[in-house]
Amino acid sequence: MVSSLAAQSGWWSRAVDSDLMWSFRRSPVTLAATVVAVVIIGSALMAPLIAPHDPYDLASLSLLNATDPPAWLHDGNWSYLLGTDNQGRDVLSTIFYGTRLSLLVGCSAVFLALLLGVTLGLLAGWRGGIADTLIMRIADVQLSFPAILIALLIDGVAHSVLPREIQTRITLYVLIAAIALSYWVHFARTVRGSTMVERNKEYIQAARVIGVHPARIVIGHLLPNVIGPVLVIATINLATAILTEATLSFLGVGLPPTEPSLGTLIRIGNDYLLSGDWWISVFPGIVLALLILSVNLLGDWLRDAFNPKLR
Amino acid sequence: MLAFIIQRLLQSVLVMLTVALIAFALFNYIGDPINNMVGQDTTQADRERLRQELGLNAPFVVQFARFVGRAARGNFGLSYQQARPVGQIILEKMPATLELSLGAAVLASALGVPMGIYTGLHRYSWVSQGMLAVSLIGVSLPTFLIGTLLILVFAVLLGWLPSFGRGTVVHIGWWTTGLLTVEGLRAIILPAITLALFQMTLIMRLVRAEIIEVLRADYIKFARARGLTSRAVNFGHALKNTLVPVITITGLQLGSIIAFAVITETVFQWPGMGLMFIQAVTFADIPVMAAYLVMVGFFFVIINLVVDLLYYVVDPRLRVEREVAAIG
Repeated sequence: MVSSLAAQSGWWSRAVDSDLMWSFRRSPVTLAATVVAVVIIGSALMAPLIAPHDPYDLASLSLLNATDPPAWLHDGNWSYLLGTDNQGRDVLSTIFYGTRLSLLVGCSAVFLALLLGVTLGLLAGWRGGIADTLIMRIADVQLSFPAILIALLIDGVAHSVLPREIQTRITLYVLIAAIALSYWVHFARTVRGSTMVERNKEYIQAARVIGVHPARIVIGHLLPNVIGPVLVIATINLATAILTEATLSFLGVGLPPTEPSLGTLIRIGNDYLLSGDWWISVFPGIVLALLILSVNLLGDWLRDAFNPKLR
Repeated sequence: MLAFIIQRLLQSVLVMLTVALIAFALFNYIGDPINNMVGQDTTQADRERLRQELGLNAPFVVQFARFVGRAARGNFGLSYQQARPVGQIILEKMPATLELSLGAAVLASALGVPMGIYTGLHRYSWVSQGMLAVSLIGVSLPTFLIGTLLILVFAVLLGWLPSFGRGTVVHIGWWTTGLLTVEGLRAIILPAITLALFQMTLIMRLVRAEIIEVLRADYIKFARARGLTSRAVNFGHALKNTLVPVITITGLQLGSIIAFAVITETVFQWPGMGLMFIQAVTFADIPVMAAYLVMVGFFFVIINLVVDLLYYVVDPRLRVEREVAAIG
């Protein structure tokens, strides 16, 4: 009991004293970004608990309350702190729920891209030959187009091709797939590069000599040694993925107004901008910008902290 | 040199064919093209005859070859939504997009390069620090949000500039330009700034990083040791050598500008190809979508090709290495 506690505190003090934590504590910008990210992500995760209203509960909505300004303005109502949108939904609550959807799509897309990219990268780097040529040619072609355009094309085509009935149900998955398919290349290239270096090292040779199954070598021995940089790329790509989702939703090919993400909220608000109802789009916009900025800053810090050249 | 050009050309053709294949698949296998052309009461025999006449029973390769042949001549069929030739619609929309993209590209490089040089040469001045902080925000703010904010401030609150459309345009042959009228010029300001901001911050950061890198090099120290003025060192030696990557990235960014034009055009209801594509998606107007795909693919292939060739011209090391390799 005592020894396990000591081991625990040893682990804890080692983590606190590590150079990673040291560079973390030394950078006030990173600390601020962490606080902002934790607040936004935390409130999104706890949306059902802390949101003052339920934006999905159609019975509670009243068009009489539509486009109310924020509480501190003239005509404002304190039960709707940041005002209401065109359907009478509380802007603050839709932001909580919208951030949740944005994060869900962003994280799932990055995870899927990572899965796809790492698998193809391992395949290309390990097997070489025709698989390598084919995968890397596709990657080259894809890299010559901006990711956001590819996501837009995939999503747009899927949007107009799928029948209307299924569309509303699978929009979320189509969106995730479209974003993932436009970002896998970065993962694949990185993994392929380090795989080609690692596969000639002695520990791999040794594993081969003693007859370990190739699949086990790749997953058990090779993968842990090539995954490091991939995780850093994943953090940086998370911000881009959230941004891509917001852009697609803003363009009207992402999530529908009934299930609004931050991008959809800004799109809805944009229609009311000219009549002076700025709060419908500006508040979700601020949250989106803060979220992307803080995730970007954390990604930058992580990249520098793991870069031995900068130590 | 010739081998290099031929290799790059072949690669470009291959990419173009891939894009065309995707567009063709979209065009031909999504829904039945015959159903889109005939009415409800057309008999099965008539449909078959039409199918035969249009060559839709021909083998895949033949149909694809015909598609490529037609596409090369700008013939993409009729738009489902507007019942007009797609080529004609694109020709109408193209000037708007090109003017906007060009305006944004000029704005981005005209401001981004000097800002990058300044922040690179005066790394620790507070002006540089301020510019860098602002540029970080510029990178993080989504394009559509910047557009929305600009509309809110300059169109709604101040009422200085129009918030949508192209203003009055002048026809010069088939080309329409908004750059010759006051309203047209006023209309392009906000969209061009929106589109340029991201590229500008990118160019600025790139130029800055390159200048800092180059200033560390031995030949710069040597130039200083020879007693050259800092002006001659900074602009004669340092700047010249930073230009290679800057040209490459700026060139490649021209492609991104066209991609991001989709967003800017939607925000400002700018009647260009991007808005046309988004509207085509909403109406499932497949011929327009296929044509846009081919057009954008074509733009990108051309841009990549030109950048590669420029790179070759600008960087003598590439030429020497290749020639040495060829001789050896």
